[in-house]
Amino acid sequence: MLIKKHQYLAFVLPALIFILLIIVVPFLIGIYYSFTDSNGLRASFIGWKNFEVLFRDATFLQSFWLTVKFSVVAVVLINLVGLAFALIVTTHNNRLTKSLRTIFFMPNLIGGILLGFIWQFIFTSAFQAVATAFDLNFLKGWLSDPTTGFWGIVILFVWQMSGYIMLIYVSFLNAIPQNTIQAAILDGAKPTQIFFYVKLPQLAPAFTISLFLTLANSFKLYEQNLALTNGGPYRSTEMVSMYIYNTAFVNFQQGYAQAAGIILFLCVTLVSFIQLAISRKQEG
Amino acid sequence: MKKSRKILLGFLFGLLALGWFYPFIIVLINALKGKRGVFQNPLWFTRDFTLTNFKTAYQALDFTNSFVNSVIITVGSVVIITVISAAAAYALSRVKGPFSSVVYYLCAGTMLIPFQSIMIPLLSLFGRVNFLNRTSLIIMNTGLSVSLSIILFYGAFQGVSKSLDEAAALDGAYPLKTFVYVIFPAVSPMTGTVVILNAMKIWNDYLLPSLVVNKDGMYTIPLKMYSFFGETNSQWQLALAGLVLSMVPIIILFLLLQKQVMTSVTEGAIK
Repeated sequence: MLIKKHQYLAFVLPALIFILLIIVVPFLIGIYYSFTDSNGLRASFIGWKNFEVLFRDATFLQSFWLTVKFSVVAVVLINLVGLAFALIVTTHNNRLTKSLRTIFFMPNLIGGILLGFIWQFIFTSAFQAVATAFDLNFLKGWLSDPTTGFWGIVILFVWQMSGYIMLIYVSFLNAIPQNTIQAAILDGAKPTQIFFYVKLPQLAPAFTISLFLTLANSFKLYEQNLALTNGGPYRSTEMVSMYIYNTAFVNFQQGYAQAAGIILFLCVTLVSFIQLAISRKQEG
Repeated sequence: MKKSRKILLGFLFGLLALGWFYPFIIVLINALKGKRGVFQNPLWFTRDFTLTNFKTAYQALDFTNSFVNSVIITVGSVVIITVISAAAAYALSRVKGPFSSVVYYLCAGTMLIPFQSIMIPLLSLFGRVNFLNRTSLIIMNTGLSVSLSIILFYGAFQGVSKSLDEAAALDGAYPLKTFVYVIFPAVSPMTGTVVILNAMKIWNDYLLPSLVVNKDGMYTIPLKMYSFFGETNSQWQLALAGLVLSMVPIIILFLLLQKQVMTSVTEGAIK
């Protein structure tokens, strides 16, 4: 053994202490909190009551279902757009496709708050201008309506994430051996046939990664939600993260909000385990 | 493919890219106008061209100060994260045993926990000892990022042959020296990935800083941008000038490090 025990500990302990202090301890306290009526100052144990109330809380249920709906729509759209982009930028390897890659990816660099403001401007001012110029009424007041407000967040998120997901598909597309594609071309396969019979099957692991990555990110979405609609009108576009934030730091029902946080954790964990099971199956 | 078809496709792709990029353009265009111009035609340039919005926004954002805060917090966090997770991952990859496995699975497990599920107790923990400032924000950023960083480094160290360690040991180097001078330099592409992934996340973060350093003199760029936006009272030209200022540093940095950034982001997702 090259590394002695005390040296080993000196290497591992700093990181381990950070993980324990910042994640594990708060997480355990959080589990306890979710069984209390904590308001940030005082807390007494109330058993399962928070969870019982949560499952009858219309605002929570609304935000939860909105998040689920959002995640499903966003995951599908982001992966379709991301895959389309990946196919576009891998058609050739020249200056154009390289610049396309850069441009498609660029929104991913910008933080959620800034993105929210950019799109707030587009949905209010720019849409309004187009609506007046071409007499298109459906473009008016996008962020003051629950349905279009929802689609506003979806559009923003697709714009932000597609370039990122594109990169994942690109790396898997590039990993497909060129000679299998050449062989298919020699056998007279059309481009669509090559896509469906040669490329698509090789992309299976990329699908798993991308689907769950977008799913996890959609479930935790907060900043874009805050900067674009701030949950409005009337909390109708408020997603789970914002519900937790508002309940904890605006209404100071911290035990109650923490119970919602635990439910979020359970959902994310469940999704991750499903992903793990699918990946194992793909490899095996 | 026929040449005419190729040109047509190139043209269509170019158009698509232009459309995708248009939100950035529209922000810039309207940041260069007076209030009237934004109202008249937000889609393109109008006659009232001005640069004063940037000056106003710069002052209102207290930009120098916010920028410095963002830099201090990002650099501080990223340096600590990189050093301690590389060190931990190195020991975990070289000494196999139950303890190493437990730590590795702890890292994998804690990555599952969404920040929203621990933010309330985390904040009350640090709030109770009255420790909410830039230093504690760096500590929290570090704790929240080491798990993923350790796993990324671990994969890289696994790929470095142990004969390299042994050769260094034969030359009389003790483990710290071997790590610093031989093994750590051997994984520099992964170090780049870890640095870029964490820097992007921390630079853009809003939620955690809003809970920890939401006070005068400690604002980061996203925090200040959020409060400035509320003060502009739908004077879009000012808000948009602020957005341009906030986005410029990261876009410049990206254009310089483009290839490395895109590789890092992909690696971070796949590994």
